[in-house]
Amino acid sequence: MKVTRVAAAGLAAGIFLSATACGSDDGGSSSGGGSDSGDVTIGIVELNLSNPFFGTLQKATESAATAKGWKTMKAEAKVPGDSATQVTAIENMIANKVKAIVLDPANPTALNPVVKKARDQGILVITVNATLTPIEGADATFATDNTAAGKLIGQWAKASAPAKPRIAMLDFDLSDGPAGGRHNGFLEGYGIKDGDPSIAGSALTKGTIETGQSAMENLLSAHPDINVVYTINEPVARGANTALKNKGLADKATVVSVDGACSGVQDVKDGIIGATAMQFPSKMGQLAVDAISKYLADGTKPTAGLNDSGTTLITDKPVDGLESQTSDWGLQNCWGEK
Amino acid sequence: MTQLDDAVLLEKEDRAGPLRAALSSQTAGPLAALVLAVVIFSATTDSFLNAGNLSLIAQQSVVVGTLALGQTLVILTAGIDLSNGAIMVLASVVIGNLATDGNVFGALLAGLAVCLVLGLLNGVLVAQFSLPPFIVTLGVLSVLTAAARLYTDSQSYPIDSAFLTALNGGPTVGGVTITYGVLLWIGLTAILGYALTQTAWGVRVYAVGDNPRAAALTGIKVKRVLLSVYLTAAVVYAFAAWQALGRTPTADPSGYSTANLDSITAVVIGGTSLFGGRGGVVGTLIGALIVTVLANGLTQAGIDSLYQQVATGILVVIAVAVDHFVRTRQTR
Repeated sequence: MKVTRVAAAGLAAGIFLSATACGSDDGGSSSGGGSDSGDVTIGIVELNLSNPFFGTLQKATESAATAKGWKTMKAEAKVPGDSATQVTAIENMIANKVKAIVLDPANPTALNPVVKKARDQGILVITVNATLTPIEGADATFATDNTAAGKLIGQWAKASAPAKPRIAMLDFDLSDGPAGGRHNGFLEGYGIKDGDPSIAGSALTKGTIETGQSAMENLLSAHPDINVVYTINEPVARGANTALKNKGLADKATVVSVDGACSGVQDVKDGIIGATAMQFPSKMGQLAVDAISKYLADGTKPTAGLNDSGTTLITDKPVDGLESQTSDWGLQNCWGEK
Repeated sequence: MTQLDDAVLLEKEDRAGPLRAALSSQTAGPLAALVLAVVIFSATTDSFLNAGNLSLIAQQSVVVGTLALGQTLVILTAGIDLSNGAIMVLASVVIGNLATDGNVFGALLAGLAVCLVLGLLNGVLVAQFSLPPFIVTLGVLSVLTAAARLYTDSQSYPIDSAFLTALNGGPTVGGVTITYGVLLWIGLTAILGYALTQTAWGVRVYAVGDNPRAAALTGIKVKRVLLSVYLTAAVVYAFAAWQALGRTPTADPSGYSTANLDSITAVVIGGTSLFGGRGGVVGTLIGALIVTVLANGLTQAGIDSLYQQVATGILVVIAVAVDHFVRTRQTR
């Protein structure tokens, strides 16, 4: 009996330890102390890796740093909005005397104090993908201009939309910086404002396929005449398409999205998505590492504020006056698994 | 002994007829809440009350609703299963991956095997080693969430097999599709409801949930009953995985991340006591429908979807308060 109790306790402890260890390295995977003179260690703090975008960004940053001969400490949020894990990770990185931190903030304000602490110790902090509020909280930001991305698909939708548009907005929590930027950018590109009568309805998704599908189904139930669908990202667009297809409306509605993942570009090629705005996560990571390298070499700080890593409109139905690339080009330049 | 007498009494009461069992006081409350929600949304929106939308609500409920059936069994034994959504997601990505070879039937069986192995793991840790179900399934949840992402490299598998997505099809009656998935959900509810109320196994499940020591004293093999509950729940989760592939033809390791809590919500709103020994699967079916009706109706009414969470949360607190009230009155 005693033996089984001990075995059970050991098993439980094992499961619990592996459970707490997964998802976040909290600096545990540090490949070196970084305090030796001459050694450069940088910290990379990402969002939840369940999203391949953040995984691509993390890998790009890491490989650019490794190419410079630097060591890296990595950590990532466990779920969207998990700034607490990021704060702990940055504290550990400060203690480990990293030279710079590349941060993808889970929250625009929650990380301000710990980032200030890092910068006060002379650590260069660069945010990627998202920004702090105020943006000057970090030394520089390399990110997609999400408002510009939203504007591109808004303009495209306007130019290719039917005469009587009925718009569905499939959003993600609008307190999230990129989500709010895309939403506002789309409306601006379309030339309307929140509450415009051409907006049939809006619904909150969790940025996943099945939540996109349910949200679209609910909106279609109330407004079967929806013919323009804005989606926060490509998984939501995929779900919206399933909902439209089930109702036999897939041909009557135009879906637009943002991301440029390979699976999303394939959906553009297959006609599921009309147009998507491609982001370049690898470029963000590369630009951040280049900026750190320059700072370490001669103390030149990168340009403060938002440095746009670029957005490209991907569509196989180009419209006049709006620069775009085909899905074939997109498949050459997309991120994530093909 | 009074606890067991209660169980025997409950059994006698339920033998009076399935209809009476379904309409017993435990499902009356949830049913009233469901009817109230339907009436309110029918009155306030033009689009809520039509056969197409009601069919849609049933379809939107099946995945979490099926998971919640398994959850009900576990909660009836005073346990909780935080890992059920993760078990389902892992099974669905295993099915999605293996199905790319074309052997869809084998893939589905592999998904069932995944569920059974994990149900066995939970069951052995809870029954044989007497570990708290909350901690066991929390640990398993974390491991499986990571396992599904490692297994798939965080990518999703599109499902194009007609067999694997068959549950999304079904007969059309008067322009409204009644999917096989919905029929399966109702069928599973009926089977489990029968097993819980009309068989000796069901009596034992309630007895173990009510008071495991008293149950053991009457000769019930508590560990064996617990293990059977976790294994039965695992089979139900495998059905949920098939339901999920039918509803959204993609095996997505990032999907259904809150399905475990959603299933507990459905169970609690459905009137099953978190303290074990009281409740049933019919209430859970109604509970799952209530949650979907709120999301569907509030979206159609153009109300911010955050209020869906507020409304659901309030219902959970009311359900637990009612349960507490009933329980204290009984023991007095």
